[in-house]
Amino acid sequence: MKEVTIGIGGAAGDGLDKAGDALAKTAARLGLYLYAYNSYQSVIRGGHIWLRLRVAEEKVYSHGDHLNVLMALNQDSIERHAREVEPGGAVVFNADKLHCDAVLLPDGVVPVPLPVTELAKAAGKLQPVMQNTIALGAVLFLLGLDFEMAGGVLRDTFLYKGEAIVDQNVRLARAGYDYARQAFVPLDYSWNFSRSRRLFVTGNEAISLGAVAAGCKFYSAYPMTPASAILHWMASHGERCGVVVKQCEDELAVVNMAVGAGHAGVRAMCGTSGGGFALMTEAIGQAGMMEVPVVIVEVQRGGPSTGIPTKTEQGDLNQVFGASQGDYPRVILAPADVTDSFWTTVEAFNLAEKYQLPVIIISDLLLSEHPETVEADAFSHDVPIERGELVTEWKGQGPFKRYAFTPSGISPRALPGTEGAVYVAATDEHDEEGILISDVFTSAPVRRKIMEKRMKKLEALRKELAPPKLEGPREAEVTLIGWGSTRGVIREAVAQLAAEGIPSNQLHFKVLFPFHAEEALAILKTSKRTVSVEANQTGQFARHLRAETGFTVDHQILKYDGEPFEPQHIVHQVKAILDGRARSLDVTADEAREMAYHYIRSHLGEDVRPGQIAQSDGDGLAEPVWLVEIVSRDGGEKRGELRIGVETGSTYTWHPAVS
Amino acid sequence: MATVIELPLDVFQGLAEPDWCPGCGDFGVLKAVKMAASKLGIQPKDLLLVSGIGCSSNLPGFMHAYGVHSLHGRAVAVASGAKLANHDLNVVITGGDGDGYGIGIGHFIHAMRRNLDLTYVVMNNQIYGLTTGQASPTTMKTMRTKSTPRGNVELPVNPIALALVSGATYVARGFSGEPNHMADLIAGGIAHRGFALVDVFSPCVTYNKLNTYPWFKQRVYKLEALPGYDPADAESALQKSFEWGDKIPLGLFFKDEQPTYEDSEPALKQGPLVRQKLGLDRKLFESLVDELI
Repeated sequence: MKEVTIGIGGAAGDGLDKAGDALAKTAARLGLYLYAYNSYQSVIRGGHIWLRLRVAEEKVYSHGDHLNVLMALNQDSIERHAREVEPGGAVVFNADKLHCDAVLLPDGVVPVPLPVTELAKAAGKLQPVMQNTIALGAVLFLLGLDFEMAGGVLRDTFLYKGEAIVDQNVRLARAGYDYARQAFVPLDYSWNFSRSRRLFVTGNEAISLGAVAAGCKFYSAYPMTPASAILHWMASHGERCGVVVKQCEDELAVVNMAVGAGHAGVRAMCGTSGGGFALMTEAIGQAGMMEVPVVIVEVQRGGPSTGIPTKTEQGDLNQVFGASQGDYPRVILAPADVTDSFWTTVEAFNLAEKYQLPVIIISDLLLSEHPETVEADAFSHDVPIERGELVTEWKGQGPFKRYAFTPSGISPRALPGTEGAVYVAATDEHDEEGILISDVFTSAPVRRKIMEKRMKKLEALRKELAPPKLEGPREAEVTLIGWGSTRGVIREAVAQLAAEGIPSNQLHFKVLFPFHAEEALAILKTSKRTVSVEANQTGQFARHLRAETGFTVDHQILKYDGEPFEPQHIVHQVKAILDGRARSLDVTADEAREMAYHYIRSHLGEDVRPGQIAQSDGDGLAEPVWLVEIVSRDGGEKRGELRIGVETGSTYTWHPAVS
Repeated sequence: MATVIELPLDVFQGLAEPDWCPGCGDFGVLKAVKMAASKLGIQPKDLLLVSGIGCSSNLPGFMHAYGVHSLHGRAVAVASGAKLANHDLNVVITGGDGDGYGIGIGHFIHAMRRNLDLTYVVMNNQIYGLTTGQASPTTMKTMRTKSTPRGNVELPVNPIALALVSGATYVARGFSGEPNHMADLIAGGIAHRGFALVDVFSPCVTYNKLNTYPWFKQRVYKLEALPGYDPADAESALQKSFEWGDKIPLGLFFKDEQPTYEDSEPALKQGPLVRQKLGLDRKLFESLVDELI
């Protein structure tokens, strides 16, 4: 398969997102497939932002494990990522500001220094971020992408700033393109542009679109990364789509307003991340108790506590399972990809109303924030809308029993305002009519039967929801088990393993509660060797699987450094498992370099970078260490040495070089 | 304006009888809420009572009207969501001082600055009753309670002043010893377009032996009886809100006409959300999708 991965590195504020977006949209409009991932930090200016765009002629399911072209917007990006560029690739940078030491460049990688000041002259007075557009033009040429298409994208991107800015950007891109054509040979890519119409869309956008298509009329949220993009989308489209969008004072208000709106009869949704969800839990139990339909989106980021706000993790599973005190029915769905995020949201609203309960959609930063191409018909306005048992009037049928005990556990629901069906919904335990049994009228048997009534709803739910299915060859050495957003990357790992002669398959879980224990167990029992793959530290899903089925997975592949899985992470570990090699928690050389960067930027300033890295026995320390040479950025001369513990990861004393 | 047809009070007779202690101030509030609804001709089906948790929050269960007996401190948030979903409903929040001025004070303040068209009746007994007598956010300083055996060291919240500075557009105080007067204040609050606070002295006869019926009866007077008092004047309202001691004012402190939140919400221009069509037509959906290309 023909593909290329472009990495754009810079600091927050460098205007990296616009350049990346223009490149991505150009490729997408040409009919290529994309998957992008932006590794960023919780800062408005500065830090290190690393955007990878994987472009291919066929559908790709992760940002992959390659780097072919580096577009560096600052010196850090050259030093950190030039070494990762594969032979045949290029490093594109502003030669007036940045330099690329030959030692940093792998063999077969072309440096593409751009005389930006000179090239920009034609375009008049510039904002510094516009330099990116020159680099964009050069990259378009190197990759053999169509310039006219990029011009159109730039036009759409900057039109809101006026014609002058559009023209300026197009001229700059042209200057970069023409300069590259004159000074460099294109890289070895020739594409078949299908020019098929596809969407370039994130998980959060898909959730938002799914919600409005399903008739969501109320969305509440408190700003919290990585769920905020849903709030932004809803806020900017609420009027057109007839949605009341409410930013609230806290997540307590967020979820309780959504419950109030759901109770009054509109399709209501709210969104947050782990910390906000923690505040919401009592009210999710409230929705369970009062049998109110409501959809709650939990977009996970790295926890616990404030954690790593802009990094991905699947660490909130225990929290979502444990939300609220007591036993109550609810649904927990983990969409697998962007397209699935749309349809899962539609399904969530239908389940919430049909079964009169809270439905939790658990996503994560990777899924919610990464954009990828999906087919133009992946989404539709024509979605099923099933509202369940709604009573529109109640006359002459005896007293209205909002919580009538029925064989299905589902009771007739009336909205406030309905003639003849007046009732009180209470979070205190109550009887069929809603009369409290918590105070004067205590009743043990009513308590027992209403608990059973509510939980009974799970039986039909489990039947309605799709059970997990094995993907890939039935006969396999390894069954990889995952949930939520890892489906795509596991799929690619399965393909890579197959290419290396290791047959594997995937058992992916989207429905986390109610759980299809029997169906899962039937598959797992026939698996030769099971490996769960999760982006958390303790294997929360594997534990859930064991609790529900009694089945213990053979091995676990766990990642919790905040960066998403790449296929090779899984492939390497599967091979290690098959070889009987134990998983090592030692710091790798690459990690030692990143740790050195962290030390340099927090203690030593801007004029040095890591140089050679070697392992030593520890030199009197209690563990072996990585000796990281610290060199000057301009000349490369040694400035000192850092020792980083191979086992503990501790950064030991900084030793300046003696001059 | 359409003619208001008063309803008989027994239309609002609930399924369950109140289980409050004999003599509880909340009986007066229950009666006043019924009288207010009856006076305004609001059918039980068009009234949504939202409460939190506490003795007074049991009120919706004792009245025939739609009700949500929600979580402790969350009544205002639940009511806000319900009102935005169906603004044809008359939404009245009924709760206590612990619920509204303690655990739920954040929602209280924000709902007022939004000027949602809600009426909030707070049965303020200056004590936690249901949990058997701990200090509440409005317990007077130095008062001994189960949780403050050496006397309360915190200043009480001043709900009237708080409401005035938070943007409430109808601020009143009633007293359970004067149910007819209170009913007029609640009716005024429901009729008012915007956020209405009716703080009510509703004595707890079991756990608050300081702020009793006689204690209030000796002190309260009505602002209406004060010559020249003008509820349109925010400054004098604020001044009066600090009056506490030998004389304590009841009545309407402040009233102002301002656009409600619902007025400025574009999605509500077509009428209540609950009556709007679900889903999107193809043309609109495709225009949304086009933004992603």
